[in-house]
Amino acid sequence: MNFLGKLDWNAIPLHEPIIMGATGFMVLVVLVVLGFVTVKGAWPYLWREWLTSVDHKRIGAMYCILALVMMLRGFSDAIMIRSQQALAAGGAQGYLPPEHFNQIFSAHGTIMILFMAMPFVVGLMNFAVPLQLGVRDVAFPTLNSVSFWLTASGALLVNISLAVGEFSKATWWGYPPLSEMQYSPGVGVDYYLWSLQISGIGTLLAGINFVTTILKLRAPGMSYMRMPVFCWTALAANLLIVAAFPVLTATLAMLALDRYLGFHFFSLEGQGNQMLYSNLFWVWGHPEVYILILPAFGVFSEVMATFSGKPLFGYRSMVAATMTICVLSFLVWLHHFFTMGASANVNGFFGVMSMIIALPTGAKVFNWLFTMYGGRVRFSVPVLWSIGFIVTFVIGGMTGVLMAVPPADFQLHNSVFLVAHFHNVAIGGVVFGVMAGYNYWFPKAFGFKLDERWGRASFWCWFVGFYVAFMPLYVLGLMGMTRRMQHYDNLSWQPWLIAAAFGTAIILVGVVCQIVQLVVSIRHREELRDVTGDPWNARTLEWATASPPPAWNFAFQPKVAGLDAFWSSKSHAQATREEPAPPRNYEPVEMPKNSATGFVTAFFAVVIGFALIWHIWWLAGVGMFGAFVTLLAFSFRRHNEIEVPAEEIARFVRAHQAGVAA
Amino acid sequence: MTEVRHERAPGDRPSREMNESAPSEFLVYTIGLVVAVLLTATSFWTANTTLLWSGGVVLGLAVLAIAQMGIHLVFFLHISSGPESTNNVLALAFGALIVFVVIAGTMWIVADMNTNMMMPSGAPMSMRMQH
Repeated sequence: MNFLGKLDWNAIPLHEPIIMGATGFMVLVVLVVLGFVTVKGAWPYLWREWLTSVDHKRIGAMYCILALVMMLRGFSDAIMIRSQQALAAGGAQGYLPPEHFNQIFSAHGTIMILFMAMPFVVGLMNFAVPLQLGVRDVAFPTLNSVSFWLTASGALLVNISLAVGEFSKATWWGYPPLSEMQYSPGVGVDYYLWSLQISGIGTLLAGINFVTTILKLRAPGMSYMRMPVFCWTALAANLLIVAAFPVLTATLAMLALDRYLGFHFFSLEGQGNQMLYSNLFWVWGHPEVYILILPAFGVFSEVMATFSGKPLFGYRSMVAATMTICVLSFLVWLHHFFTMGASANVNGFFGVMSMIIALPTGAKVFNWLFTMYGGRVRFSVPVLWSIGFIVTFVIGGMTGVLMAVPPADFQLHNSVFLVAHFHNVAIGGVVFGVMAGYNYWFPKAFGFKLDERWGRASFWCWFVGFYVAFMPLYVLGLMGMTRRMQHYDNLSWQPWLIAAAFGTAIILVGVVCQIVQLVVSIRHREELRDVTGDPWNARTLEWATASPPPAWNFAFQPKVAGLDAFWSSKSHAQATREEPAPPRNYEPVEMPKNSATGFVTAFFAVVIGFALIWHIWWLAGVGMFGAFVTLLAFSFRRHNEIEVPAEEIARFVRAHQAGVAA
Repeated sequence: MTEVRHERAPGDRPSREMNESAPSEFLVYTIGLVVAVLLTATSFWTANTTLLWSGGVVLGLAVLAIAQMGIHLVFFLHISSGPESTNNVLALAFGALIVFVVIAGTMWIVADMNTNMMMPSGAPMSMRMQH
């Protein structure tokens, strides 16, 4: 038995120039960042203020940074897929060999869903939900840090797979029998399994944390029907996380048992049933898409109400629609495999349910339109993303309802029409949503606004690029092109694929604009500074405190008397021409203490994952022991809180008020 | 506090009256333990008995299992019909609904596909036969 399991020098693909180039670039970027931090001597600051922070705002920001980095990785996969398909027609083979191409589309899907969209959405919830509820932190702050670092561990494992070994070639849902040992003997599927398992545990913990926070920790007076819509959508999304992620964990655990210990849950040998895997995977997979889209809906609701200067139209119907979608999302999963061989009764039931779930979503679209109607809409960057979303998402929703008809799905299943549909809702819905949220909450998080001009440029490139990239895929799907083709012989497809590649190039310009936007905004942060804490004239409680908010969020817990709590307190103050509130006696605040538990646990999680992938059993044991000891040490910690003295709070409030007055 | 509160406000400590009217924790756990042990013992007895019709044994075990779940929920997880546990009851209902949907749906789907995959001879089609 080998000391290092299956690991040896052959694991590093030295003969593949493209992979080695990408690896070299990745290593270079990591070295530059680490070197920069070292030269600046920023390690103690980084460790104290970020890596061990249990502050929900810091953790939220780190989630979003992780998502943005992984978006670059996933997007470069997208560029490779589109350029390969634009080239590899007829006699030409393109530049990506089939086994590399298969890894790329598998990695693209896995990264974009689980390591881009999920962290972004969870990051926005982390940042905004406690502030909107008017509380000082989430219910379990250290657990929150553990959640984030476990998600980051999963992302790290996916990136390690680029350099050491390979990634899965069995798509992002990893259907057996292809993903079984017999057909995928390499480590690719194992990288997929363990990165999903580790980050999945992180997500599940985050879900528990947020359900508890929203149900149990709200500012006095904030009853359910006074919560901002974003909190409602976050509640629904986290209920779905708690209900759905255990199914994924169990399913992948069964696949791991098949691969590692010769079980027969899904194998062809020994009476396994591979159809059960598809079934269980989508029991998780369909709620997952609503976990992503519901918080995006929440962002649009906040943005629309704020920038129209009006209360959200149909708050109650919005809440009802959100919770309806939350329950219905568990009743539609079979539409992912209409063609697997179920009878008409089964297909019919799930087809009808899939059409019904479009109704509450449609109600929401009308609510957003009526919110804008008669309002004085300021066409700021978040609003552009929101309007772009409404247009794009309605088209994507229509093609979705079309494919919910089983006979139509038999034609379109596995074609690029489907690819166009889900990118239509995933980009038009989730990506536009997180971009709106990113532009909307950035000034709250960092104290200065993002540059408008570059933000607009980025939006228009994404918007136009999306249509140029994906509308051709609808046409190609109707022409009969199937998805995941490394090479094709039908030359009439090529012009459409070239157009799609061109669209991807336009999106690339949009991505570059976003990076430029960030750099320009940081350089001009003094001009863009937000001293009031309320740059958008907004309605909800997160804008009632300074930007960036202090660690304790609010000097006094806000008292909530209605919906749009901050808006009503602002208009009340204006109506009564009230003097600024008389100086009050500040009280010391207890805040959760920093903890390295999350970071250290996640380090051991990476060790466990890497060891299991390469069958280095002793190392997996070491990792398990380390993680266990870390959690044990945390549970014996005596002092969980530090007290922020009243003078410090008073000083902060005075400085903030002086800034507002100036 | 005069107004009727439908839900304990988050972060509030339970009021004194609330604490006094409730039975002591020790008593609650003891009753729960005794009933749970009784139900477990009865299950063992039912499983081995010849007194009952064999179909009745299965039914009886199912009933005892459900009763056991109820005891755990009430005595150990403190689910009650009181206003302060509305959240817990709703969460439980949501969980039960999802578990039901997933299990019933999966059984329906997989059984249906198994039927559709039957060969004319009646044996399920084995993928191995195609090799």
